[in-house]
Formats: sequence, structure tokens, C-alpha cells
Amino acid sequence: MVTERTRLVGGRLVDPSQGMDELADVVVGGGRVLEIVRGSERSRRAAAANGDKIVDVSGLVVAPGFVDLHTHLREPGFEDKETIETGTRAAAAGGFTTVCAMPNTNPTIDTASDVEWIVGAARRHGRVRVLPIGTITRGEKGQELSEMADMANAGAVAFSDDGQPVKNARLMRNALAYSRVTGRPIVDHAEDADLVDGGVMHDGRVASILGLRGVPAEAEEVAVARDIALARATGGRLHLAHVSTAAAVDLVRIGKTHGVAVTAEATPHHLWMTDEWVSGTGVGMPPFNTNCRVNPPLRTDADRAALLEGLLDGTIDCIATDHAPHTSIDKDCEFDQAAPGISGLETAFGLLMRLVEVGQIEFPTLIRLLTIAPAQVFRLDAGSLRIGAPADLVVIDP
Amino acid sequence: MTATQQRPIRAATTTADAPAPTPVWKGRRNVLDLDDWEPGEIVQVLDSAVAMKRVLARPIPKLAVLRGKTVVTAFYESSTRTRISFEVAAKVLGADAVNMTATASSVTKGESLLDTVRTLQAIGADVVVMRHPQSGAPWVVADRVNASIVNGGDGWHAHPTQALLDLFTLRERLGRIAGVKVTILGDVLHSRVARSNLWGLAKMGAEVTVCGPPTLLPRDWVADPGSLPWPIRVEERVEPAMDGADVVMALRLQRERQHAGLIPSVREYSRLYGLTEERLRRHAPDALVMHPGPMNEGVEIAPDVAHGARSVIEDQVTNGVAVRMALLYLLTGGTARLDGE
Repeated sequence: MVTERTRLVGGRLVDPSQGMDELADVVVGGGRVLEIVRGSERSRRAAAANGDKIVDVSGLVVAPGFVDLHTHLREPGFEDKETIETGTRAAAAGGFTTVCAMPNTNPTIDTASDVEWIVGAARRHGRVRVLPIGTITRGEKGQELSEMADMANAGAVAFSDDGQPVKNARLMRNALAYSRVTGRPIVDHAEDADLVDGGVMHDGRVASILGLRGVPAEAEEVAVARDIALARATGGRLHLAHVSTAAAVDLVRIGKTHGVAVTAEATPHHLWMTDEWVSGTGVGMPPFNTNCRVNPPLRTDADRAALLEGLLDGTIDCIATDHAPHTSIDKDCEFDQAAPGISGLETAFGLLMRLVEVGQIEFPTLIRLLTIAPAQVFRLDAGSLRIGAPADLVVIDP
Repeated sequence: MTATQQRPIRAATTTADAPAPTPVWKGRRNVLDLDDWEPGEIVQVLDSAVAMKRVLARPIPKLAVLRGKTVVTAFYESSTRTRISFEVAAKVLGADAVNMTATASSVTKGESLLDTVRTLQAIGADVVVMRHPQSGAPWVVADRVNASIVNGGDGWHAHPTQALLDLFTLRERLGRIAGVKVTILGDVLHSRVARSNLWGLAKMGAEVTVCGPPTLLPRDWVADPGSLPWPIRVEERVEPAMDGADVVMALRLQRERQHAGLIPSVREYSRLYGLTEERLRRHAPDALVMHPGPMNEGVEIAPDVAHGARSVIEDQVTNGVAVRMALLYLLTGGTARLDGE
């Protein structure tokens, strides 16, 4: 049987996994990358002889499909907010071809059969690759460890109680130790619940003017410090979800210096927006905008700058969306009652391009942070267009 | 002005030697907070309230200017003086006043705030006065209904009519606001009265000091007062805060703060931060004493101070009716003109 070949002609191929940023044609077929041909004229002529299906991508960028380590698909249990189908359609629209689904669904993803259910549902309804994340503790209750090795065998790529921290330090230490068996990272939503104490936005100048209860930066910092200490003690693999404060970036940097197996992600919204957005000041929005309610909260411009610096110097490994959709009912209400979360899959790249436009990040670096960098964190076969790799790619009109 | 407009980054302030702002009224529809008010609008309300206070002194205090209008007080949190004074203000002006009491928990389980206010409007409310335990609640509904929304206190955030009545009382007693030294003392962190007064006092040119224990002051206010929208001084110790004050405004301390671990005990708080006769004599012998109520006598304020010669606390309550009459009159007057066009 002859594999049908598709040739993307005339585009700028940006694939940081191969150090490529040049004009090159990409030939795909049978779900794989078959050829990369530098020099578009020659390639075009060769194509005619070959009978390849031609897609003209002149003036456009071709890159590996984006990889999101932190997506809430909400199914099962919260299908009014999102389903595997709608979430993966959003992913495809936003350039993401691989999403890792967080397990804080209802029921939570606690067992191998739960993981298999996600894999099956994604096969039936998903528009992009869906890789399940299992819980660290059963029901995310923070009491007993979930059967992580079983889930890993069924396809779980990481473990997380995301939505809430693992409060018990001893249990967290055991989970990290156990990650040596599963070979999969423990992803912590690092916040100290006592310091969060019902806070709804960053504890700072804006919260103090708006009279909103603050989530102090140290709520994240003490949890990050604890987690790094536990990862160091156990030799386990720690991944920190949505790092949001300057001091947390410093702590990760110190951890890496000491050889701790710690990785970290930052979200597009923490890289662009600040707590000022909640007040509306300077961004032309009304105050108490519940679309800006998110955990961890939007921080200050100094935190934002530190996150960016951490991304550029390798302290923060990658960008992840923390796509967390809600219904309008969940958001059209008082700020304290609004569900925390920002839908990020469709807007992530557009928002991040603002960083490129203002010169704060190079375009190929941005592509790396959305492709091979996250893939390496979870050791996924994704984020690269090397020959033989899955033909998951995105075409961008910059 | 609408709620969707940007908020000012700093309060435009009046200085002590500048001429008093000219009264002005811009057909404002909602009263959410004083942050987007011009000094002239504040003066307009205070001047109108002077006339309203004369009405209240009549043998039969009754006007017909709001006849046919319906004012609903929608209170999601308990209140005595604010709700009653709005109702009295509405009735003196000839409006029908209706009270709706709800609890925040019923909102969580059932009808949304927006649906509730839409319902009130459908029933015929022209003005909805809202009290809500959560900061920002009036902004959820403002400009999404035709009724005027008046913020009767939202969470820790704002209580603009309290600030206006405080400004009225202060001006009535001292003849001016610009240049007056005001010390706001107590649980600033949780106080909507403090925040709205900061906007109002700053816009009118008062010199404000806020004071409270570090755990009851908002984060970073002590370290970086220059980042705030008001030109204020922030003190953690009561003596320097009170020195030379013309007005000391004590804030209520809720006893729950002790259980929340914010203060070691109500007793110690009272000893360190209570407004006592001795502290006044030493540091601000001529100061007026204000309190937004309800008072915890013996905690944030000593009984002899609360009821002493310097206290204008009862005046504040009476003035609250006049100020709310002025506001309701100005708000619905705007509506009436629109209807006539």
C-alpha cells in the first residue's frame, strides 16, 4: 500500500528540538514526519514528480504542535463546563496537539480503570492527543496514596492533586519517593492552605484598595520550599504547577543548583497579566472582573518579570495553560463566589505573542517553551518534527 | 459615569489653601464608591444635605419630590442605621420604601444577585440600595439594570454614603475639610468605612493618618504608603498617629478577630489601640470623636469618650438621613429629567 504523502511547501520551519529555524518543506504521511527538505524551490519540483498532495504554507510558520502539561477537560463530571470533545477542539484551535488532562474531575482519576476510561473517551471524542494525569491521593483527599504504578501502566503520564495542594508533608514525601518507581513526576499545586485562608486575589496593593481577601505570595513560597526539600530528600521527581511569584522562581533556581529533580511551569496569564487587571485600572475594564479570578492569583509586575526571567534562564522549564473553563453562571457573580480559572487553550498563543511583539521573548524560544520543553518535562514523544516523529504540527500565521 | 469606566489611579486632591470646589452634579446614576467622584460632586451632595437637614427639623418633615418612586433596600447583611436611615430618607421625600432582607447563603444556593436585582426592577424599583458581605457585589449589577444602584456597604471595600455623612459631619463642625487632620484608628484591614473615607477625605484635601496593629492593616501599607492612591500616613502605634489630630475616627473591632488569630485578645487590643480619654487628652485634646457604629464600647472606644463632649457620633447618625435624602433626590432627579425628554 502506498502511503499518501502531504507536502507543506514554502513555510518557515521552526523546530527547536532540531535547532531548526529556516525555510523548509515538511512531508508527512501515515501519521509520521517522512521528510524535511530544505530549500523550497527544489522541493516543489520534486513534489511534482512524486505526486505528493501539496499544501502551500508560504509566508507561514510550521512548528511542532504545542504540548500542554496542564489542561482541565472537566470530563467526567463537569460536562457543563467542558468535555473532552470541546476541550480538545479548543486545543486544536489554539495550536495544541497534545494535552495532559488534570484528574480533578468527578469522579477523580484515581485508578487504572479511570485512566483507561479517559484514554478511551479521548480516542472516541478527542480532536488531539489526550494524556491522562492521575491523582496523587485517592479522591484528592490528601489521605491515602493512589495506585500510581497501576495508573502509569495504564497510560498516566504524571500525578497531581491539582486544584489543591497535598497538605500533608509526610504524604507528599512518600509520593515523591514513590515517583522513583513509577518514573512519572509528582505535580504539585504548591500553596499553603492556611496562608491562602479564603483569599481570592493576590495580597497586595490592589487587594487592599478593593477590599478583597488576599492570597499572599508566601502561601506559594513556603509550599515550594517544602516540596523542593522533600524532592531533595527522596530523590523523587517534582514538577511545580503554575509558579507565580518571584521568590518561588528563586527557590526553584536554588533547587536546580543543588541538583534536585525539580521542574516548573508558568502560565500565559501569569506571564502577561497582573493583579491590576482585577481593578481594571489601566486595562479599560470594570473592577472586580471575575474572569481575572484564578488560582494562584495574578501577581504583581515584579513577579511577572521574574517569571519571564526564569523562563529565559531555564529555571522555569516550560509554559502550560492551566486551561480551566467554567460556565457563565460560575463567573457572572460576586468576585468571592466566582469559580477560579481562566480558559487558556485558544488564547495562550495569541497572548504569548504579545511577549514576542514587545521584545521580551524571541519567537523560536517561545516555540521551544510550548513544544519540546514541556515534552521533555513529562518525557513525552511529542513536541518535535524530527523524521519518524508523530506528524503533530501547527501552522501559524504570525 | 458608569461602572465600566476606568478607575482613577490616584485621587485628585484639593489642598488646604485652594478655594473650595464648586458644587456640580453630573446626572450620576449609581453611587458605588467615591473613587470616581469629583470634589465638586461631593460638595453638591453636602450642600443639598444642608437643605435636607432643615427639612428634617420641620414640625412635619415630609416632602413630595420622590412621590411615585420606589426605593428598595436589598440587604444581604445585617444593618441597623444604614437601612433605617435610607428608608426614613426615602419616606421623608415621599417615595415608597420597601425592604428586602436576604442572606448571602440563599444567594449561593438559589437566585443569582443579578437575577434578584432584575426582579426588584421588574417589580418597580427605581433605586436599589444594596448591602452585601462581599466586596464588589454592586459592580455585578450596576449598569445592567435601569434602576439606580446605591452601595450601602460591600464587604471590606466601600461604604460611600457613610463617607459622605462623615464628610458632612466634619464640615458642619469644623467649617471646612481641606487641611483638617483626620486619624482613622483600628481595624483598617476589614473596614469599608475606612476605604471610602480615604477616597472622600483625600479628594477634599484632608490630611489623613491611618493606624492599627500590623495584623489589621492591609499588607504593604506601612512599608510603601506611596504606592496607594491616597496621600496618607500609616502608623502602627497609636500615639504618633493621634498627635495633633483634629478628628479621630475609631473603627469597630469585631470580636472574631481574636479567634482568627489577628490579635492576642480583645483586652490587649483595647489597651494598645482603644480610644480613651487619656490618649485624647495627651495627644489630641481638641479632637472631634467619630465612629461609624455599631460601637463596641470598652473595646475600640471608651464609653466616656463615646458619649463625651467631643463625640459627634449621634450627629453622624442624624446627618446620615439628610445625606441619604440628598443623594436619593439627586439620583432620581436625574432620572426625572431623562423621562421628560
